[in-house]
Amino acid sequence: MTNSEKNRLKDKAFQVFGIFCTFIGLVVLAIFLIDIVIEGIGRIDWDFLTSLPSRRAARAGILTAWAGTLWILVLSALIAFPLGIAAGIYLEEYAKKTKLSDFLEINIANLAGVPSIIYGLLGLELFVRFMHLGPVLLVGALTLSLLILPIVIVTTREAIKAVPRTIRDGSFALGASKWQTVWNQVLPASFGGILTGVILALSRAVGEAAPLIVIGALAYVPFVPKTPMDEFTVLPIQIFNWTSRPQAAFLTNAAAAIIVLLLITFLLNGIAVYLRHRQQKKIKW
Amino acid sequence: MLNLSFSRFKLSAAILVGASLAFTSCGGNTQEGGSDMSGSISIDGSSTVYPVTEAVAEEYRAEAPDVKVTVGVSGTGGGMKKFSRGEIDIVNASRSINDSEAKTAKENGISYVQLSVAYDGLTVVVHPSNDWAKDITVAELKKMWEPEAQGTITRWNQIRPEWPDKEIHLYGAGVESGTYDYFTEAIVGKSHSSRGDYTASEDDNVLVQGVSTDPLALGFFGYAYYEENKSKLKAIPVDNGAGPVLPSLETVKDGSYAPLSRALFLYVSSKAVVRPEVVDFINFYLENAGELAQEVGYIPLPDNVYNEQKQKFEQFATGAATAKQ
Repeated sequence: MTNSEKNRLKDKAFQVFGIFCTFIGLVVLAIFLIDIVIEGIGRIDWDFLTSLPSRRAARAGILTAWAGTLWILVLSALIAFPLGIAAGIYLEEYAKKTKLSDFLEINIANLAGVPSIIYGLLGLELFVRFMHLGPVLLVGALTLSLLILPIVIVTTREAIKAVPRTIRDGSFALGASKWQTVWNQVLPASFGGILTGVILALSRAVGEAAPLIVIGALAYVPFVPKTPMDEFTVLPIQIFNWTSRPQAAFLTNAAAAIIVLLLITFLLNGIAVYLRHRQQKKIKW
Repeated sequence: MLNLSFSRFKLSAAILVGASLAFTSCGGNTQEGGSDMSGSISIDGSSTVYPVTEAVAEEYRAEAPDVKVTVGVSGTGGGMKKFSRGEIDIVNASRSINDSEAKTAKENGISYVQLSVAYDGLTVVVHPSNDWAKDITVAELKKMWEPEAQGTITRWNQIRPEWPDKEIHLYGAGVESGTYDYFTEAIVGKSHSSRGDYTASEDDNVLVQGVSTDPLALGFFGYAYYEENKSKLKAIPVDNGAGPVLPSLETVKDGSYAPLSRALFLYVSSKAVVRPEVVDFINFYLENAGELAQEVGYIPLPDNVYNEQKQKFEQFATGAATAKQ
């Protein structure tokens, strides 16, 4: 066997191995999805989406849970979006390379790896106990915003980094200030990437139950929250609650609620993919 | 181009917010039922007691539609912490309040009343194919669960010589649950103390799954989980000196299934009980707990015990009202 044949063989071997690895993830996901859909799809109807929680599995619905999830989603976006983008712009465009900025950078990277329940404890002490806000929607959204902030900052920086140096130089050459350059050139060019990052971060937040249970989000809420200062529940908590019940009918409910939660996540990811795609088409340097 | 994408974003954000506001207004309450009570009642605590309280809260909505009752599941420990700081009105508890919780409550000027609302019978189960374990004594359970058993008691015949020389696989409640505290207290004699080398889960469905697929298993969990999965499990009668007794509606209710039947509690805060809606809700609770507890898989208290709880509560409420004046 010649050397090049050997290499080609290795190449082929890795390709097969790569396909195998890819399929492990996909097959597990597919089995999970099929199982959930078979179990739960028949349970989803208008009543299920518009009913309050109940002890009778057949009568129970997820109105308050999905309403809470939607509230959390919108509020977290409104909080994390400006904070994360501003921090990202500062670190990438303004911050000088000092010990302080190195320190900030390392810590933001570390924060992205902190388990979500720790954020729950932080939210409990800071927002619920110290600021006396109580276990309300706003506190849930603030806590989840903290959770996703590192991701938003990191993706913002990556998106901004991808804007070529020449664009900035051109703007400066025309006499624009740093802020004008950021606002008129850098941000528009990187906005698709930033938005993608924010949406993917939000789709992570939507699936969180642990930090919200810690801050005191509830399991039984018989009313739809009307203001950010109302108490709430979310879909993952409802699912968690149903899966631990003894009656099999509640497991069917849980499967149906999982489908709804997955649809929300897929919808968000779909929006993210669309935005990135549109952005890529639009920018021509 | 830039401005376009920004205004697009604003628009979509506005639509999202608008949509969320629109659907919030369509959850209108239907005005029915006899009570004109209003206000809100916050309950938190044990996930074991949760199904009963959820059922009562659901029924109470028909009675008093303007009272907002919310129920959380942060566990007996988490609930007690909030309760003793005065953050919630009522706590669901699967064990009694402990000394440090009672102390915190006292420091915050909160007194409380403990009300029993239902029984749960912790059920000892094995795989259906297990034909040797026909009954078990409390001493034998202690022998296999106490801390000293760790690593040494690993085979069925170590517990009773006529049982087979096969490995024993133990399944039980996770150490954070009130169920674990209760079981260790009743069997080992000391709360929160047991061997550590067993399969632990806070989720009883996981334990059901484990025992029902493992021919050498022995586990324990709440009666409701056994009741729902009878075909996949075999319950073992427990002998506390007076002969082996199987858990059932009757044996748990009359106290003959001992020591593994336990009461589930509500604690009501003195700060909450001065509000009429709280009094109304608790009375409704005690009135209906028996029927509703059974519906969600627990065992009702005897009627006279419910009456005792009502009297106990009434005294507490009057006491708190006088103290306030």
